[in-house]
Amino acid sequence: MTTFRLNGRDVTVDVPGDTPLLWVIRDEVGLTGTKFGCGIGMCGACTVHIGGRATRSCVTPVSAAEGADITTIEGIDPEGNHPVQQAWREIQVPQCGYCQSGQIMQAISLLRDYPSPTDEEIDAVMAGSLCRCMTYVRIREAIKKAAANARGDASNG
Amino acid sequence: MGRLDRFRLGRDGRREQASLSRRGFLVTSLGAGVMFGFARQATANQIFPLDNAGPGDGAFEPTIWCAIAPDGIITVNIIRAEMGQHIGTALARIIADEMEADWSKVRINYVDTDPKWGLMVTGGSWSVWMTWDVFRQAGAATRTALVEEAARLLGTTPDRCTVANGIVSAGGKQISFGDIVAKGHPSHSFTPEEMARLPLKPASERRLIGNAELKALDIPAKTNGTAIYGIDAKVEGMLYARPKMPPTRYGSKVRSVDDTDAKKIKGYVRYLLIEDPSEVVQGWVVVLAESYSAAIRATDALKVEWTPGETAHTSERDIQDRGRQLISNKEGGVYIFNDDGVDQAFSGAHLVMDQEYTCASVLHYQLEPTNALAFEKDGVYEIHAGNQWQSLILPTLAKSLQVPESKVILRSYLLGGGFGRRLNGDYMIPAALASKALGGKPVKLILTRSDDMQFDSFRSPSVQRVRMAFDGSDKITAMDYQAAAGWPTGVMAEAFMEKGVDGKPYDQFAIAGGDHWYEVGAFRVRALRNDLAEKTFRPGWLRSVSPGWTSWGIECFLDEVAHRQKKDPAQFRLDLLTAQGRNKGQAPDSVGGALRQAAVVRRLMEKVNWGKTTLPKDTALGLATTAGQERGMPTWIGCVAQVHVDRSTGVVTCQKLTIVVDAGTVVDPDGAKAQTEGAALWGLSMVLFENTEIVNGLPVDRNLNTYTPLRIADTPEMDIEFLPSTEKPMGLGEPGTTVVGPAIGNAIFNAVGVRLRHMPVRPADVLRALQNT
Repeated sequence: MTTFRLNGRDVTVDVPGDTPLLWVIRDEVGLTGTKFGCGIGMCGACTVHIGGRATRSCVTPVSAAEGADITTIEGIDPEGNHPVQQAWREIQVPQCGYCQSGQIMQAISLLRDYPSPTDEEIDAVMAGSLCRCMTYVRIREAIKKAAANARGDASNG
Repeated sequence: MGRLDRFRLGRDGRREQASLSRRGFLVTSLGAGVMFGFARQATANQIFPLDNAGPGDGAFEPTIWCAIAPDGIITVNIIRAEMGQHIGTALARIIADEMEADWSKVRINYVDTDPKWGLMVTGGSWSVWMTWDVFRQAGAATRTALVEEAARLLGTTPDRCTVANGIVSAGGKQISFGDIVAKGHPSHSFTPEEMARLPLKPASERRLIGNAELKALDIPAKTNGTAIYGIDAKVEGMLYARPKMPPTRYGSKVRSVDDTDAKKIKGYVRYLLIEDPSEVVQGWVVVLAESYSAAIRATDALKVEWTPGETAHTSERDIQDRGRQLISNKEGGVYIFNDDGVDQAFSGAHLVMDQEYTCASVLHYQLEPTNALAFEKDGVYEIHAGNQWQSLILPTLAKSLQVPESKVILRSYLLGGGFGRRLNGDYMIPAALASKALGGKPVKLILTRSDDMQFDSFRSPSVQRVRMAFDGSDKITAMDYQAAAGWPTGVMAEAFMEKGVDGKPYDQFAIAGGDHWYEVGAFRVRALRNDLAEKTFRPGWLRSVSPGWTSWGIECFLDEVAHRQKKDPAQFRLDLLTAQGRNKGQAPDSVGGALRQAAVVRRLMEKVNWGKTTLPKDTALGLATTAGQERGMPTWIGCVAQVHVDRSTGVVTCQKLTIVVDAGTVVDPDGAKAQTEGAALWGLSMVLFENTEIVNGLPVDRNLNTYTPLRIADTPEMDIEFLPSTEKPMGLGEPGTTVVGPAIGNAIFNAVGVRLRHMPVRPADVLRALQNT
């Protein structure tokens, strides 16, 4: 039995402790916004936040999540209106969209560390998130837009 | 090439000659309870299957393509796969614009397979081009029927009515489309001839087509985790499955299976040997478990011994050598062009240039691994999966399952990347056969990444031989272009192959691009089918198909000719884009012909200040231009790449891509730009970042630890411009891919003076070439 918090709710699952967290989230809990891409932590499609940090759930055993606070794409904003999500829609980033949950989770994490990121900082932090449609130009643009929006929000309120 | 009106597959697998635009439209009102069984409830911008409900009581369904509900909601039926091109939004704009609909009321519905939709295929950058006339006529028919009924309801005549934004107005009174359906009984049938005569809006009156402000309807769900892809499909009581892959694509036979260790995995259920009557899937073993993670482990633990097929030791080199052998043999192959005088021109030439260009295998690596959910219900097999060519795989599935085609239905989902991989629906077969073996129980089969890459239907390696004859004054007198590769269409869709000038069938997607629009005197194009490639793997269509590699030969070669003649490579091309003879173009698809390609090159030269800039050492521009995918559907495009070459490491850095496109009318400006951005970066990825080869019959790379597509840090500055046009819209999903490779190759030459003739360009190749100069 493993117990953790997922998007603010307590979850207990009865699966082998070495089951990747990705499959627990997708198949046991039933939240499918987190995606399976490479299975070896190199594409970023499975990115969730554990204790607020971007983490590749496909290589994280569920046992490591015992007691942890986990957030998935479904949990970052009740209305789906996190500044990063808004920027993603404004800039029309997604194409096929399959990697975008992971991109958004990684970008939120990036903006916590670098509220006004440079291109170099964006490239360095987002390097692990593969987009096969190659929406990279727009990912850069949307991250800057989200940063600007967030700063605007802060100064306004 | 490009006669897509012939691309229709009947239920029995034969071609039909009819085209969608010839379909008669029955325009009638649907009474309560009447249901045609195809349009489902449209509650939102749905992108995943809902239950089979009708379009709602009293909905008006003027054509099979759209329905208008009494509340005014307009549902547009989309038969194309959504794989990132926002195709539903683009097509819905076309029908809604002609209808004069209120865009805020438009919803899109991705339909399941049904014979009435005709050919269901999403590829070739065809969707907008194929649908343009059909949807404008359907929109006009709908508008006409609604206005007739509105006139009756308003007590006037249709000619006194105006219509805009979903409202019909006459003499100070008005009525909405929804109210027309709610209060009236719109009814009108059109013959195909009447349909064709319906007045269409002039380009100047379009409000939705070309509107840059509209957002893609599929994007919001892709930012909050609610978008549903094939891998997300679920039904009660399903088992999870993973295939255990044999050592060769074909011919492997299972000798023994031992599941002693698999049984130790909690959740393991059993294994199945897959016997596929269609012979697409050979020697696969499917492992079933109660969860996918258990299926992954149990598959790893399962011990299977095979007798491998005959290609167990075939290498990329073997396949390329076979291609060279085919090219060197004067017999065989198919002639796409074979003008009189080619041999005479070569034998009498003052000079002959002769070069070989090669391109390596390229893997799709669509981010969602292939998967399918299959089960049987009331005697019908339902296959839930993302797919690009339902009309192609459905008959194969019927054969695999040994049931009539009417007993198989494919339900559509979003695709986590298509790029041509999902034109081949082979991944549905093991899911369907596993379900059948379990009496129709639901089976959800997912390939892990390494499974997916091992049996990807990847881009064949290719060999091109390009020869040109010149007279004593350096004038080009003839060109001889030959290419050898595995033929995806030959293997998977033989009925769709084109016929050469010699009457023999050939795969247009394994030679297109070689048949360029330059004036080169007597011109010969010969396509060779690499049989060893086809024995070894299942050649696939990969984004931009052959123009993604034939351009490497054609455009690099032309640059070599220009440099040899000491001419500016851009001006040299302009001098050949004269639109004479076969290159003058024809209505409606290629009006203006090669002159439009020349215009693209001129605009490109202006944009980059071609020939007038000074760049730092080892840094230079290179240019390439193509007609996109097919002569029958040309998207005129050019690219200038700016690269820097590091002489000490051989690393080539692309600093900027400037691209100019003439795709005719641009339906969705932001989507067009997005497609061109992505397509161009695919081109960059293939020339500088992706690199694999066949070793022992299989692609050697199985995941991102060794396969290295372009990442965000590799992304150059991009400047993309569309030339204004009111011509028929052409495709945009792939043309951007075609120009980048040769633009990079040509830029490398301009930067450091070495000519690379193999794609991809690897640092070691650059270093070797630099050492040899």
